[in-house]
Amino acid sequence: MEHKVLEDVARNIRISVVKEIHAAGSGHPGGSLSAADIVAALYFDEMNIDPGNPKMEGRDRFVLSKGHAGPVQYAALAERGFFPKKDLESLRKIGSKLQGHPDLRKVPGVEMSTGSLGQGFGAAVGMAMANKLDGNTGRVYVVLGDGELQEGIVWEAAMSAAHYKLDNLVAIVDWNGLQIDGPNDEVMAVKPVDKKFAAFGWNVTVIAGHNFEQIRGAFAAARNCKGKPTAIVAKTCKGKGVSFMENNAAWHGKAPNDEEAKQALLELGGEW
Amino acid sequence: MEKMATRQAYGKALVEFGAKYSNLVVMDADLSKSTMTAEFGKAYPERFFNMGIAEQNMYAVAAGLAISGKTVCASTFAMFATGRAFEIIRNSIGYTKANVKICATHAGITVGEDGASHQTFEDIALMRTIPGMTVINPSDGVSAKILLERAIELDGPVYMRLGRAAVPVFYKEDAELEIGKGSCIRDGKDVTVIATGIMVGKALEAASVLAEKGVDARVVDMHTIKPLDKEMIVKAARETRGIVTAEEHSVIGGLGSAVAEAVVSSCPVKMAFIGQRDVFGESGKPDELLAKYAMDVSDIVRAAEGLL
Repeated sequence: MEHKVLEDVARNIRISVVKEIHAAGSGHPGGSLSAADIVAALYFDEMNIDPGNPKMEGRDRFVLSKGHAGPVQYAALAERGFFPKKDLESLRKIGSKLQGHPDLRKVPGVEMSTGSLGQGFGAAVGMAMANKLDGNTGRVYVVLGDGELQEGIVWEAAMSAAHYKLDNLVAIVDWNGLQIDGPNDEVMAVKPVDKKFAAFGWNVTVIAGHNFEQIRGAFAAARNCKGKPTAIVAKTCKGKGVSFMENNAAWHGKAPNDEEAKQALLELGGEW
Repeated sequence: MEKMATRQAYGKALVEFGAKYSNLVVMDADLSKSTMTAEFGKAYPERFFNMGIAEQNMYAVAAGLAISGKTVCASTFAMFATGRAFEIIRNSIGYTKANVKICATHAGITVGEDGASHQTFEDIALMRTIPGMTVINPSDGVSAKILLERAIELDGPVYMRLGRAAVPVFYKEDAELEIGKGSCIRDGKDVTVIATGIMVGKALEAASVLAEKGVDARVVDMHTIKPLDKEMIVKAARETRGIVTAEEHSVIGGLGSAVAEAVVSSCPVKMAFIGQRDVFGESGKPDELLAKYAMDVSDIVRAAEGLL
């Protein structure tokens, strides 16, 4: 697949993210936009999935442990054909399948209900263990936020994944450096992320999280790593693609108003 | 009378069910010799996962295993399962309706010598507030095994409360016990004692003492606290003059509260509540503690007499 194709997919996902959150009137654009390229590469290139059969035997699984970035997962699922793109307008509205944070019981393609940070990572470890137990070659991909790494359960999960040699598990840290209250370094330093995972027994790569060559290269390398889970520490930009949201913690959990949404879509090449 | 701890019955039953249910996976958090899951680990090492002293992650991983199709029994002490990992159980197991059986041992004051940090009186209250969570508290070794199998066959989250101390076995192996159906183990017309867990044995003893005093007490083993057998409770409220609840749990939020909720909305009747009275426990022998904290046979007798 050409990188260009993925770039277009990621752009469409970003456009959907802005539209979804604008329509909802609340939500988390910053961390959805920072993870868009990683999520695009997973859903359109890396993972073995079937939108027509979301529960396909032997499929790869994706867990969005940073569940507040639900809009980026919903956008990717719709873009991939798991449900109509029109449904994205219902985000966070009463009766919608698109809850504020993903619900596996409601959305085709969502493998784990997340939102309370750290738990999706543990669940992903369980899924990888189940696959090993069953001789199932499906792989498990879990995306974590950098602020999320402050949760103690993350390191319990990291320890257990290495202990059980889960080389079918890949954790991608969306390292945009910002969380609700400000920069990680000010709130509660999480650095050095790469060394922490390495110390916990993981195979670690640090990549530029908006560079498809590096993203795909890291996934390919993870497949070749045996006996250890892989952590991909992806340096990203919070709010990536929308100038006034980029690197601004204020856009962690705020919806754009009409004018801001219009401007964001203009920058992304989407239609208002 | 034969005595056996419900945790002992649990450990033994797991080994048997491991053969019968090939999908069964067992987890523990470094307490497998105490929770008795170690026997399963020996018999089925590939289906046993020790997660170390990390209860939160154990229950999150259990959710992932269950969502991938496994039936999971994940054990540790009741304090750490329901207390420390509450929010993981709520969000990753309850909300997802994951097929995880939280089989927690060493519940209540009969943990004994370990003292207050290990004696949980809050677990039933916590677990029964989670939508869709089945809450089971077996009274003896035989019913623990029967109800464990029912729990394994039920698709969804279950909290099973098990004890450390050996308690009398009074059920026969062919007893017909169903989740959500109370078991009336002694009929009586004057007063009803609705008990759960190890307090059922104490309630039976209390009924014998009451009989000597000319009081005909009914004893119900309410092994399932959720879903609650309201029918049996209302029947007791109608047919006897009062209800005593007995549990090795706080009087706040547990069996007593659940029974009171059922009674006040359909057939109000006088009640008395035997349980931990909003205080922490302390070290001591189980029997000494039950006596000191007013959860003994004599306390049930006095409470029943107070309703007549």
